[in-house]
Amino acid sequence: MSDSTATVALGAAGEARALRFYDSGGHHPENGTLLGFWLYLMSDTLVFACLFAAYGVLGRNYAGGPSGADLFSLPLVAVNTSLLLLSSITYGFVVIEMQRKRQGATLAWLALTGLLGAGFVGIELHEFAHLIHEGNGPQRSAFLSSFFTLVGTHGLHVTFGIVWLLTLMAQVARHGLIAANRRRLMCLSMFWHFLDVIWIGVFTFVYLMGALQ
Amino acid sequence: MSEHADLAKLVFGRLTWEAIPLHEPILLATFVAVVIGGVAVVAAITYFRAWGPLWRDWITSIDHKKIGVMYVILGLVMLLRGFADAVMMRAHQAIAFGDAMGYLPPHHYDQIFTAHGVIMVLFVAMPLVTGLMNFVVPLQIGARDVAFPFLNNFSFWMTACGAALVMMSLFVGEFARTGWLAYPPLSGIIASPDVGVDYYIWSLQVAGVGTMLSGVNLIATIVKMRAPGMSMMKMPIFTWTALCTNVLIVAAFPVLTAVLALLSLDRYVGTNFFTNDLGGNPMMYVNLIWIWGHPEVYILILPAFGIFSEVVSTFSGKRLFGYASMVYATVVITILSYLVWLHHFFTMGSGASVNAFFGITTMIISIPTGAKIFNWLFTMYRGRIRFEVPMLWTVSFMVTFVIGGMTGVLLAVPPADFVLHNSLFLVAHFHNVIIGGVLFGLMAGITYWFPKAFGYKLDPFWGKCSFWFWTIGFYFAFMPLYVLGLMGVTRRLSHFDDQSLQIWFQIAALGALLIALGILSFIIQLFVSFRRRASLTDTTGDPWNGRTLEWSTSSPPPVYNFAFTPIVHDTDAWYDMKKRGHIRPVAGFVPIHMPKNTGAGFVLAVLSAICGFGLIWHMWLVAAAGFVTLIVAAIVHTFNYDREFYIPAEAVLRAEDARTGLLASHV
Repeated sequence: MSDSTATVALGAAGEARALRFYDSGGHHPENGTLLGFWLYLMSDTLVFACLFAAYGVLGRNYAGGPSGADLFSLPLVAVNTSLLLLSSITYGFVVIEMQRKRQGATLAWLALTGLLGAGFVGIELHEFAHLIHEGNGPQRSAFLSSFFTLVGTHGLHVTFGIVWLLTLMAQVARHGLIAANRRRLMCLSMFWHFLDVIWIGVFTFVYLMGALQ
Repeated sequence: MSEHADLAKLVFGRLTWEAIPLHEPILLATFVAVVIGGVAVVAAITYFRAWGPLWRDWITSIDHKKIGVMYVILGLVMLLRGFADAVMMRAHQAIAFGDAMGYLPPHHYDQIFTAHGVIMVLFVAMPLVTGLMNFVVPLQIGARDVAFPFLNNFSFWMTACGAALVMMSLFVGEFARTGWLAYPPLSGIIASPDVGVDYYIWSLQVAGVGTMLSGVNLIATIVKMRAPGMSMMKMPIFTWTALCTNVLIVAAFPVLTAVLALLSLDRYVGTNFFTNDLGGNPMMYVNLIWIWGHPEVYILILPAFGIFSEVVSTFSGKRLFGYASMVYATVVITILSYLVWLHHFFTMGSGASVNAFFGITTMIISIPTGAKIFNWLFTMYRGRIRFEVPMLWTVSFMVTFVIGGMTGVLLAVPPADFVLHNSLFLVAHFHNVIIGGVLFGLMAGITYWFPKAFGYKLDPFWGKCSFWFWTIGFYFAFMPLYVLGLMGVTRRLSHFDDQSLQIWFQIAALGALLIALGILSFIIQLFVSFRRRASLTDTTGDPWNGRTLEWSTSSPPPVYNFAFTPIVHDTDAWYDMKKRGHIRPVAGFVPIHMPKNTGAGFVLAVLSAICGFGLIWHMWLVAAAGFVTLIVAAIVHTFNYDREFYIPAEAVLRAEDARTGLLASHV
């Protein structure tokens, strides 16, 4: 395939000959955690892509029921969206404090991020409960099925993120900002911002365009 | 009283004694046989006091080689189940003509063809492919393990637990009667109110998570952990195909997860994704499931192509012809496999333009595939070919797969597909490429790498028996189906009126019998080889005069694979080392950093299966308890920071000294 002889100088001594085909112990493979987590996020993006596609196909199938314009309360969604976007900023501060190796500040920003996330989930649950109470649950029409599934899956992800965040807070409090914990905080950071990106899609595609018509 | 009934309903759901099929003699006999076999295995393990070693050395092992072997064992066991289904169908179709109704009631027959498809693709071919990749890839790239060893163990047990759920449906309740992709509205709650489709959904969901994670794992391994000097274009072809396959896995399995989740919402919550009323759209399911399903068949065939490349090169004693074109062909197939899914339902009515697009993309796939065939032929050209068993499988593949590829191009023409779709011609086509491509490749791979895994070769006589029975049996079993398909016989029928067709089904049944002899020969081969392992033993670690790095270490390899990480200068790294007189280091070893075994993966997978079982039977209490313990167990596992240890230099020295002795005894 390639001209390999050029890369290898023929060693004279036996030891040198033995070593040129073997690493003497200095080689350490790179850590693959962040790449692996990116790959996971890509796969999760595809799950959401399917749910967006389902909403794209079914989002106008009202089956004689209400449409998005009838149901969505944009002020509430605006509050909700700002909570989530704000939580991404606060997570940014988590990473900054982590890099400064300030454990207390890291934990404080984590707590604030978790609270904002919980607020987001709370408002979403309130919205869902209201819709179901009015008889507009996921069974009502294909539009509502795909709406509840897309938004609900995002909400489940945020909920999972909060559980993960609490677990990490306990672990940081216990072991400090050791390398393993810093790596975990970076993964959660990617996950949290990823949910933000997905939400921007949901906000635009579902709420704004749904309320516009 | 009613409170008591409610509690019972929460615990047992719809599971009653009725669910145990005591009234079906075939199932009852199978059940008795399985119970006897199971008791025998448990008794044997207890008698030989093997529970401890089984738990310590296998179930909790995070060694990629052991996990690979366990995947292969799982695949072979499930092959027996899937093949039993095949034999039952062939026997039934050979006799169910005119007044004779055959011996399987339609209700049972429909479950059998569904289970056959699901098991063969997801629990035979997938574990075998994943197992070989798991075993071989780290060795080929000079790594000591995969990127995420714990995740690897977890992935395997998720796959195994998915398989266990499918097997459970045999004796507790029933399996889906919908065909292997469970199209709604047939798989919806109205047409299939029983547990069959739920077994299908949850076994695939549990196994699918495992497959997806193992895909992430192997990509990270290949990208991040190659030996120094091994650039992308110096990777062995099998590693290249493994990389492309795992990219396909990560990009396809989430779609399966999503579409099955939507189907389960329809069934459990009453949503309207794929229903016929309230705005649902069943064709969306068909689109989504094939967006997973088509890449899925390339997930299976690409590693087989990789195996053939390694085998052809090794047994022709030549560098692979057209390495770069092989890599590009693999990558092109990877990309194109995403642009063809609609050819599975040309008759949906998408219109001529859409059908033309997908027909043309499908036909284009035959170009890189054809390039591969020519590369293998040119590798053999003027080579010193040794017709060992893996090479026999490869030659048979090249003939058989080309036939299957040509019928595939036929089916890719939409007007032809309108005539042939849903016929036995299609069934013959995909068996032609999956048996002639994937299965022959896996058999070649298992025979090729067996000495690496166990330290002795497989007996060639029984291997050749297996090869000839399989090859001849395949042609007898599936060529008649091409004929029948051209005559317009549709698939999945359990009874025929036209007596003139019977002879073709009888020939096909004879083919199935020959394949059964092929499987039997393979099992005999395993036993005979084990008995004769002293004379078949491989002391060199390089029994075939191999070319890639897995042959540079001992057979079986030590836990750490390589005492010193090899440095790569050429595509055929090990051949290059041999040619230029490398000297194996025998001193100066350093401690090796390795991951620790853990039982967490097994526990998490079993909890997932319990949760799935609860959901299948509407045992809400069991499902909820399973889910909550699953989450708690996962969190508890993350509190374990003590996951690695060092193999001391003295232990490495002992293992390497033993190998030095073996190598000396060989010469």
